[in-house]
Amino acid sequence: MIRLEYYLIISTLMFFIGIFGFITRKNMIAILISLELVLNAVEINFAAFNRFLYPHQLEGMFFTLFGIAITAAETAVALAIIINAYRSIGNININNLNRMKN
Amino acid sequence: MDPIINLIIFSCLGVAMLALSIMAVTSKSLLRSATYLLLVLLCTAGFYLFLNYHFLAAVQVSVYAGGVVILFIFAIFLTTSKGEVLLKHQTRRYVFGFLGVVAGIGLTAFVLFKHQFLYESNTSMVGDQEISMSLIGQTLMGTGKYQYLLPFEVLSVLLLACIIGGILIARKK
Repeated sequence: MIRLEYYLIISTLMFFIGIFGFITRKNMIAILISLELVLNAVEINFAAFNRFLYPHQLEGMFFTLFGIAITAAETAVALAIIINAYRSIGNININNLNRMKN
Repeated sequence: MDPIINLIIFSCLGVAMLALSIMAVTSKSLLRSATYLLLVLLCTAGFYLFLNYHFLAAVQVSVYAGGVVILFIFAIFLTTSKGEVLLKHQTRRYVFGFLGVVAGIGLTAFVLFKHQFLYESNTSMVGDQEISMSLIGQTLMGTGKYQYLLPFEVLSVLLLACIIGGILIARKK
């Protein structure tokens, strides 16, 4: 039988892989990809907790659903900002970004 | 299905997901990174199928794999020239990042294994637990307790704000 802990272990590892990428990547799109991993891990947690601990309710499932929609919205705005940054400074490395204020 | 086979498929999926996550955050090419992200998201849809949330799996595939990853790929094409390799931070940052991540995993694993989850006595896990589509629809559109019409509407306003914001930010001056 698949236990709740298995899901939690996998999502924990995935969460911290995302954090590692978030710290060590230089390209802004790569940072956003790491962020997607983090959010995805959180959504697995919601669904797994809902299924195992409260199988007759739907809260976790709907949190996951709304989480997916919010993630999509956030990605769209972030990519718009990145494209705008690329247009004004010519690349999308994170340490060139403070040139945008000039 | 046989529980052993279930477990084997589950662990294959989990290992593949973790390996692909690591590849997604370490790959040198941005386009490859996005492809690995796509595979991770598909594996996550597989997890939702394991949890018997079929609707969630469908949403995951259509919104993430169909929408978000395509958006990523378009943004990569718009901002990255061909054959461009990702620049790296200095090694010190990798070391500190790795140490911090290991500390975080240790803390979380400590809490996770220390805590006893109380679902062993719950027998409702066995058997088919598929949530019917009409129940999902009524829960999403109802105004009563444990129903989600208001968040749904707030989310639609958020999406509208995102559309306007995206157009305003990304349009040509």
